[in-house]
Amino acid sequence: MRPFDYHRPETSNDALNLADEEAAFIGGGTNLLDLMKLEVMTPDQLVDINRLGLDQIDEVSGGIRIGATVRNSDLADDARIRRNWSVLSRALLAGASPQLRNRATTAGNLLQRTRCPYFQDIDAPCNKRVPGSGCAAIGGELRNHAVLGTSDHCIALHPSDMAVAMRALDAEVIVRDAGGGTRTTALVEFYRLPGDTPHIETTLTPGELITGVHLPVPAGDRQVYRKVRDRASYAFALVSTAAVLRMENGKIVSASLAFGGLGTMPWRNEEIEALLTGEAPSNALFDKAGEVLMKEAELREGLEFKKPLAQRVLKAVLTEATQ
Amino acid sequence: MTLDYQIDGPENEELTKPSQGGPLGADMERRDGRDKVTGSACYAAEYRPKGLLHGVLKRAPGTGAVRLSNAEDVGTIPGVRLVLQDERMIRNAAQGTAGEAPVQGVSKAEYVGQPVALVVAENFETAWHAANRLQISCEGASLPVLPENGEVDDDMQEEAITGEPATAFSDAEVFVDETYTTPALTSAPMEPHAAVAEWHGDRLTLHGSLQMLRYNRLELADSLGIEPEKVRLRAPFVGGGFGSKLGISADCVAAALAARELGQPVRVVQHRRQVFEVNTRRSETRQRIRLAAGRDGRLTGLGHEARVSNLPGEEFSEPVLQGSYFAYAAPNRLLRSDLVRLNRPAAGSVRAPGEAVGVTVFEVAMDELAGKCGIDPVKLRLRNLPEAEPGSDRPFSSHRLADCLTKGRDSFGWDDRPAEPRQRREGEWWIGTGMAAAVRVNMVMPAEARVRLTPEGRAVVETDMTDIGTGTYSILGQIAAEGLGLAVDDVDVCLGDTDLPAGSGSGGSFGAASTGTAVWLACEEIRREIAGRMGCDAQELTLSDGHAACGNDRRSLPEVLAGEPLSGRGKLEPGEALEKVRQATWGAVFSEVAVNDVTGEVRVRRLQGTFAVGRVLNQRTARSQAQGGMTWGLGLALTEGMAHDRRDGHIVNRDLAEYHVPVNADVPHLDVHLLEDLDPWAGPLAAKGIGELGICGSGSAILNAIHHACGVRIRDLPATPDRILSGLT
Ligand SMILES: Cc1cc2nc3c(=O)[nH]c(=O)nc-3n(C[C@H](O)[C@H](O)[C@H](O)COP(=O)(O)OP(=O)(O)OC[C@H]3O[C@@H](n4cnc5c(N)ncnc54)[C@H](O)[C@@H]3O)c2cc1C
Repeated sequence: MRPFDYHRPETSNDALNLADEEAAFIGGGTNLLDLMKLEVMTPDQLVDINRLGLDQIDEVSGGIRIGATVRNSDLADDARIRRNWSVLSRALLAGASPQLRNRATTAGNLLQRTRCPYFQDIDAPCNKRVPGSGCAAIGGELRNHAVLGTSDHCIALHPSDMAVAMRALDAEVIVRDAGGGTRTTALVEFYRLPGDTPHIETTLTPGELITGVHLPVPAGDRQVYRKVRDRASYAFALVSTAAVLRMENGKIVSASLAFGGLGTMPWRNEEIEALLTGEAPSNALFDKAGEVLMKEAELREGLEFKKPLAQRVLKAVLTEATQ
Repeated sequence: MTLDYQIDGPENEELTKPSQGGPLGADMERRDGRDKVTGSACYAAEYRPKGLLHGVLKRAPGTGAVRLSNAEDVGTIPGVRLVLQDERMIRNAAQGTAGEAPVQGVSKAEYVGQPVALVVAENFETAWHAANRLQISCEGASLPVLPENGEVDDDMQEEAITGEPATAFSDAEVFVDETYTTPALTSAPMEPHAAVAEWHGDRLTLHGSLQMLRYNRLELADSLGIEPEKVRLRAPFVGGGFGSKLGISADCVAAALAARELGQPVRVVQHRRQVFEVNTRRSETRQRIRLAAGRDGRLTGLGHEARVSNLPGEEFSEPVLQGSYFAYAAPNRLLRSDLVRLNRPAAGSVRAPGEAVGVTVFEVAMDELAGKCGIDPVKLRLRNLPEAEPGSDRPFSSHRLADCLTKGRDSFGWDDRPAEPRQRREGEWWIGTGMAAAVRVNMVMPAEARVRLTPEGRAVVETDMTDIGTGTYSILGQIAAEGLGLAVDDVDVCLGDTDLPAGSGSGGSFGAASTGTAVWLACEEIRREIAGRMGCDAQELTLSDGHAACGNDRRSLPEVLAGEPLSGRGKLEPGEALEKVRQATWGAVFSEVAVNDVTGEVRVRRLQGTFAVGRVLNQRTARSQAQGGMTWGLGLALTEGMAHDRRDGHIVNRDLAEYHVPVNADVPHLDVHLLEDLDPWAGPLAAKGIGELGICGSGSAILNAIHHACGVRIRDLPATPDRILSGLT
């Protein structure tokens, strides 16, 4: 492992001052340390953010604010989250293992890197790891790869379960910059599609610190998270769906849907939501939603199954949520 | 004195038999369990002699001529002591029982991932970083990595034809002709392969993670070009092997060479990814099964044809057909296998080589036949059991398959099932049951052991046998306690050291029976000596509670020993039994699964195995072996498979996050029934192998249950959700 300096500041200001271009913040370290050992990530400095007091969950007007270092298991277990944002709790519990969730943090989970095996292999070309070197995944063995939002430069999947639920919940990321300014960015603005710069994954600039995530009061009381994986636990999603719905008089009055296992970022498609809103649930409607979801999917060899699987899961989730 | 014994026939009147109700067979916890869970058991990499240096193997990123372009720069990184590229380094792990060096050399990479250099530094982190900095280029023509592109090796063909199979196939009233594939599989032991090498003058001591020390010593000496007598191997604790530690691996030779050159001890631990790449994998297989039967399900012909692969120069061929030679009667038989040469990581023995994939696939085909004949799958099997080994007409040393099938069927409640698939539904889930027979050849290997009685009347068992997590420390202690009439606590067991008599090593399910019998013979030798001193025949002597008794003459052991230790040696040789009879272990596995109609996910709800495995030496460790095997069967059926990159053959999913072994949530309660089977051809202990049988039918019981549940027949393993989904409508 490459030598690095380690800092453990007590305040966010100190953390921001310490973080230069080549630094990395470390939350739970469950992703970063693995990648450092593989020398996929090689920061000069590690700035530990576990003592910044960012580990609180606070109700605020119009929603709830989750600190950046709140552990995934604490978040999943929080009574308020379980009551009002249950889709988030379920998504968290569907991810990783209890040991990992005990360490993993909210910000770290949002920023976890792709599980593409070619990205994790320093002997393979990868535009995300070494810009311009090429993509070994295209033409290789594909399973945990994206079919939506891909480019000729990168088909890496965003692997998070938590972020999928957050996307459906209209989460906003709270960011502090080096100057001490704070901004709030909706997840859709936060993540970037790979295009021809797959190494730039978010709108966060080097040295900026995520301090928390804001969740508005959910738009629906019917919340479902469903994940399909290759074994019963401890595996990433082949496909997952988060749904937040509201029904009135037998009709869907609000629908917000997000998808994992499909996109280069946690996926959402407003066209589906518009299609559903105002309609009475029916198989035909849900099939149509599935069509829209996968309309632009690029089903490379090995990933063909994602289309029928995603459509079946979407239909089952919508059926469950509208019953 | 040594008592030599060869298993040439059934029973041997001159040898003592174990008693009933003694320490042998008891449900006893592992004697080393406490040391292991408290961390005081010292595994190879935990041995830290003074001045220990750390080596990291460097992999070839391609194939062809290897060039290190910046070795000098890397050598100047502070803390780096050596960049070693030595032609004696080995290309891949030695095959089991090779007893000689595997293919050596680092100037040419023959598969992606081959270790081609070792970087040694003062601490592990520096060595690791330096190894990552080392630039390797490989130049050469592209090599075949896909089975369809590999060349068939004419020297590796196997064919056995009995009767007129072609006619049987064309005349069959009912005919099954299907092709199945199984992916490459890995052993994934928990403890990565590791070696600590230390030289004293021209003598090498190597602490390794190895299964078969008597062969490993020869392999290492041959690789280094020194006399075997100069090599001492130690492996008192091994954290799983499953075949991947049968032969020495790259860490051993590299550590020894570097330690020699630097004059300091060197440790080399394989990275988890190297555990996947450097050690032998189970070959992928393609198997065509043809079953010809009458409408009554009686087989008139069977065909089993397999294609496997291996790296050029390797003599191992996955023995896929092994179980098909004797599992079922059919007058007309066609057994054929061949091997293509591929430049993928080398293939070798992985737990239950042959039957794990051969029986699994064959038992799926039997299920297909049962469906076509409209016969209950258990009845179909019972109807086709042979009287003697088909083809050779050798008798079976014992045949308990029918017992396993009927006992398993009755305790599982099999007969309640609907005959047709897709009959039971609970919400989104299809529910079904399936079964399979399990067979596995039984093997015996040469083994020696020494037992010493101290003047105080305690016993010490000594052999270079290994305990790879299986419970050897416990059962050898139980065997000696039984043989000498002692409490298990009065027996010490020393293992894993080539300074001790050469045991069988652990592998092929033969360890407990082979080395256990050698220990039993050593005890018999001591009995004879004591009987002599007591003035009676060994047959008349009773040893119990630390006392020897002949008629009314009863003396304590210290009294008999009179201040002197006494030692006996036992030596077992396989003998003629191997030719005279077909010896095997038998089982039946039943399973209930749920298949999700939306997603194709499978949940195994019940898995029950009934196994006849010779004498049960320790109920608890035996059950654990069966459960471990069944879990492997589950992984084989549902989750496991290595993905080889189609362009260069490298293993893509080479870590435990992406190579999916079953986790707790995948495994239901495993119900194990052991049928005692005192096979008269298995020597005085009547013990046989148990570690591998559980794998051989469990996967098919699950695959057959999937079919019964939802009507989808999976012929390409593993049965992942996407594959099941493509059959669901
Ligand atoms: C075997 C395995 C299985 C897994 N399975 C799943 C699964 O099924 N589903 C799933 O969703 N996840 C899974 N995970 C991933 C897991 O959820 C992530 O590793 C975890 O959420 C990362 O959080 P962390 O706090 O440990 O991040 P870290 O490793 O500490 O950091 C990750 C990244 O975020 C950056 N970072 C951290 N905090 C901040 C901050 N406040 N501001 C700016 N940058 C920051 C770091 O610099 C780093 O780049 C699995 C992981 C493993 C190892």
